[in-house]
Amino acid sequence: MTKDCLNTSAVRAAVLVAALVALTISGAGLAQAQQVFGRGPAPTISVADSPSRRVDENGFLQRWLILEPISVPGQLGDSAIRAAVETEYFEGQFDAVPDHGDSVTVGDQVLTWHAVDSSLYNVNLFHFSYALEPPTSNVLFWAVTVVDVPETVTDVRLAIGSNAASIWWVNGEEVIGIYNDRQTVIDDGVSQRLQLNPGRNVIRAAIINAGGATDFCARLLGSDYEPITDLEIRLGMPD
Amino acid sequence: MKLRLSVVALMFAAPALLALEGDTGMHDPSTIVLDDGRYYSFGTGNGLPISVSDDGWTWRRVGTLMEGVPGGRAGPEVLERGGNNTWAPDVIEIDGKFYIYYSAPGQQPKAAVGLLIGSTLDPEAPDYGWEDGGPVVWSDGVEDSNAIDPGIFLDPNDGRLWMVYGSYFGYIRLVELDPATGQRLYPERDAVNVAINSEASIVIYRDGWYYLLVTHGSCCRGASSTYNIRMGRSREVTGPYIDNMGIDMLQGGGKLFLGSGGRRIGPGHFGLLDLGDGVQKFSLHYEADLDRGGISVLDIRPLLWSDGWPVAGDHLRAGTYQIESARTGTAVELAVEGIPVGGPGRGRGGRGGGAPIPDQSAFESSVNWPAGPIPLRMSPYMLQAQQKWSITPAANVGGYPGAPYYRITIAGSGRTLAATAARELVTVPNYSGAPEELWRIDQLTDGSYRIMPKATPGTDAELALSAAGSSFPTLDEFNPDSDRQRWLLKAP
Repeated sequence: MTKDCLNTSAVRAAVLVAALVALTISGAGLAQAQQVFGRGPAPTISVADSPSRRVDENGFLQRWLILEPISVPGQLGDSAIRAAVETEYFEGQFDAVPDHGDSVTVGDQVLTWHAVDSSLYNVNLFHFSYALEPPTSNVLFWAVTVVDVPETVTDVRLAIGSNAASIWWVNGEEVIGIYNDRQTVIDDGVSQRLQLNPGRNVIRAAIINAGGATDFCARLLGSDYEPITDLEIRLGMPD
Repeated sequence: MKLRLSVVALMFAAPALLALEGDTGMHDPSTIVLDDGRYYSFGTGNGLPISVSDDGWTWRRVGTLMEGVPGGRAGPEVLERGGNNTWAPDVIEIDGKFYIYYSAPGQQPKAAVGLLIGSTLDPEAPDYGWEDGGPVVWSDGVEDSNAIDPGIFLDPNDGRLWMVYGSYFGYIRLVELDPATGQRLYPERDAVNVAINSEASIVIYRDGWYYLLVTHGSCCRGASSTYNIRMGRSREVTGPYIDNMGIDMLQGGGKLFLGSGGRRIGPGHFGLLDLGDGVQKFSLHYEADLDRGGISVLDIRPLLWSDGWPVAGDHLRAGTYQIESARTGTAVELAVEGIPVGGPGRGRGGRGGGAPIPDQSAFESSVNWPAGPIPLRMSPYMLQAQQKWSITPAANVGGYPGAPYYRITIAGSGRTLAATAARELVTVPNYSGAPEELWRIDQLTDGSYRIMPKATPGTDAELALSAAGSSFPTLDEFNPDSDRQRWLLKAP
């Protein structure tokens, strides 16, 4: 009964517009948004405050650039998800690595990218949205991160979990699609064997939620399915 | 006439259990051993007939052991201690030497167990031949022993070698053997009595327990035979062997391991076939296979374990299954958008029931499926057409110990599971019989299954269906310590 109980209201939409305007004008991040709207800090999300960080001891990627959510129909079947994700909402949707604070225009909305850290293994998109007060139902989140490896690594698998459906790309190639209403389970969607190239490797995700809680987790696994824990995430605030 | 038609319909409705192929006629089979890529077993009969198989599924006869023995018969001391019959051998390989122990009864219970020693089991090998090792144990016709039916056991804990033997005239007895010679290690010591009222005994070991498996009942009466395999266990190889009800096998105890069932009557002569990686099977013979004219035949079946006891697994029946990951609980399916059974919009809030909803068929659902190859994924089982797999034996493509290769297709369609050169999985529109479309399905000791392609393009690695995550299967090398490659085959 927790799903579909967070309907977008006219009031909430108005607050979202105000929040986005405030963020755009100020160029500030979530912390300032929290300050502007007087809501308590998101429990698990903070603004990334360094140019890079390591994955955690279990290999989870805890730093992401996340775009404020795009409203989409709340259908989660294969064809609905593909239609929602394959729609081009903004330029560079499938290949750009934006900077923190960059904005895109989707329809009549101006949406901002936020570089954030999660204090948990997962990234709680409800928490992400908490300070901004955008809707978390019937929405599409775009998320991007970059991992840096010194040399080629083969037989790697991207392993993700998401609430709800999601599609994932590594270096521009689609590697995972999971559909329907679902909860985030560690290593739910696991890609086929991949290769990480020397230098930057871009991991991109589109997560669609129909209602209620929404989050995701991701890590890279080696050929033995053990998480890769010596990865550097090159993403965040410049020095 | 109506009744007869019904009976015929029932016979075809219940898929027959699979049996080994080829010349499987055998009585009192030895433990099956592997030598130079071939499986061998030896049985009762003139000269001890040799059965061989290249894959463990299709068997053929290749002469007799005694053809490789000087003089073509048991040695003179064996004949003197026992007699000129040749029954119920057992075999073990130790350090490149094969020891074959065979029953040489005269007028029972006067009998002997003779020993043959050789370096290869292949009758075509240049160094093939058997040295007469003489009698190892014997019974004089008066004592409470009938020295036949040897069963050999090499203790994995300490490398000590043992033999149990005997039949209904007295006790099942245990003696220690010398691994270096195959002869009795302490002939001056009395044998240890470990059971009565049985024959075809053998010892196996697992997790701190020694198990004595014996055959009770009567043999050699075709479909009237009451042969059945029973067992007890002990912390010491020397016993006492106690059954599940606390009764000593020396007092007639014995938990049932396997009795008659299906169309096979009188199982006996257990033999362990340990294939490694947690895959165990057992060999046996049935006194009467009703599908083969009631002759006695060799069989190989999965060996399972439960609550500290061996359990007789059965052949996988051809049929329709969901393939569920023991690791994740999700089921393998085509990566296509499913349709709720009965259509959308049913369920919550309904009152008063309604008409039964028919099963979903691939014939209807496949209209929306792509025509070419379709990848695999895993999802919660929802009884949908893309989740129901037909598993059927593939004809004339061989097999592996105890089973043929199978083809795995979406039920009601020709869409076939195949391995790819990327060590991943796909379904192809139709079955072609290619090696990557053939599957070896071994039941593991916990009752789950290991599912392996006969071949994977571009690699010689032996791979198994593996749950990479909750939602995607792949192919990996089998890891017996993980649930990742364990699958449950559930009838939908």
